[in-house]
Amino acid sequence: MDFFVILLSTVLVNNFVLAQFLGLCPFMGVSNKLETAIGMSAATTFVLTLASICTYMVHNWILTPLGLSFLRTVAFILVIAAVVQFAKMFIEKTSPLLYRVLGVFLPLITVNCAVLGAALQSTNKAHTFSQSALYGFGAAVGFSLVLILFSAMRERLAAADVPTPFKGAAVGMITAGLMSLAFMGFAGLV
Amino acid sequence: MIDLLLNYPIVSALVALSGMSLFFGAVLGFAAVKFKVEGDPLVERIDKLLPQTQCGQCGYPGCRPYAEAIAAGDTINKCPPGGQSTINHLADLLGVAAPSLDAEHGEASTVKKVAFIREDECIGCTKCIQACPVDAIVGAAKQMHTVVADECTGCDLCVEPCPVDCIDMIPVATGLKEWGWQMPKPALGNTIIASDRDTREQAA
Repeated sequence: MDFFVILLSTVLVNNFVLAQFLGLCPFMGVSNKLETAIGMSAATTFVLTLASICTYMVHNWILTPLGLSFLRTVAFILVIAAVVQFAKMFIEKTSPLLYRVLGVFLPLITVNCAVLGAALQSTNKAHTFSQSALYGFGAAVGFSLVLILFSAMRERLAAADVPTPFKGAAVGMITAGLMSLAFMGFAGLV
Repeated sequence: MIDLLLNYPIVSALVALSGMSLFFGAVLGFAAVKFKVEGDPLVERIDKLLPQTQCGQCGYPGCRPYAEAIAAGDTINKCPPGGQSTINHLADLLGVAAPSLDAEHGEASTVKKVAFIREDECIGCTKCIQACPVDAIVGAAKQMHTVVADECTGCDLCVEPCPVDCIDMIPVATGLKEWGWQMPKPALGNTIIASDRDTREQAA
């Protein structure tokens, strides 16, 4: 039950993008094409889940016993950078096309604040190992869900008859705001 | 040692952070070896689809440089020896729409040709030898040259430099070595999307 609550909370209620406004850079940047958005979602899910597990281990097995909890932001950034670099090598080897499509956004997952945000919030809430892994995974699922929905909408918007001043990024921002309003409706569910 | 670590947070911080850095560095170093990419795998796959005539009609010095240029974003319709079927395969690999052949780079020929030197007219200038990308022409200065038909890719590059115009491109007669079974006809229902390769072979 506890796990279900965590999953529901991270995916819908406290959605990282639309309720906490973390990770907005790839949300606006990679959502022009549905295929790219799906690739980015897969990469981010991989990185976020792995980074949550690694940061849990670093925090609870290295930093806390030594009384160094104040260093966790620095340490977590180190961990995330290493995980992203690993994911980059993995994707370059397994799927050269996805690697080309993601391009600069793959290394930019390093500075995706949703990744660091998930890790820091997870330690603040004193999650156990499996809880923090699930928290990271749920955050990633929420991010993927929103990114894919948004990119599908933007593909429609590209063909829609938008008034000239609102064309392009402007109508994207408005759409994101409306989506955020819709996700506010989940508040209080958990 | 443990006391030192616990009593002096700055020492333990230094040890912990440098230890973690070393550990992740080691993991990444291992991954770099384990997931090593030999060159660009996409270039490799594009290069495999190109006809390997090394003719340079695309404007690059050979098939591999053109493959690298395609991977970097060049258009895929610059290869006359490959014709439309190569373009279609490249478009398939890269997930883009297949353009038709760019006429600027030459026309696709439907039959395989080889160069033939009319030997009594040859003055032995070696210009065609220098032009040949696959070393299919043998001869020496002031000696008659000839084409090794098995090596010739039919790229036309030797025709232009010949000062006495003694090189002809002649179609290869289909002999026992070149003959092959016709490609099987696609199953009924797929006939609308007949590939270019099939129509070419039916026409020939």
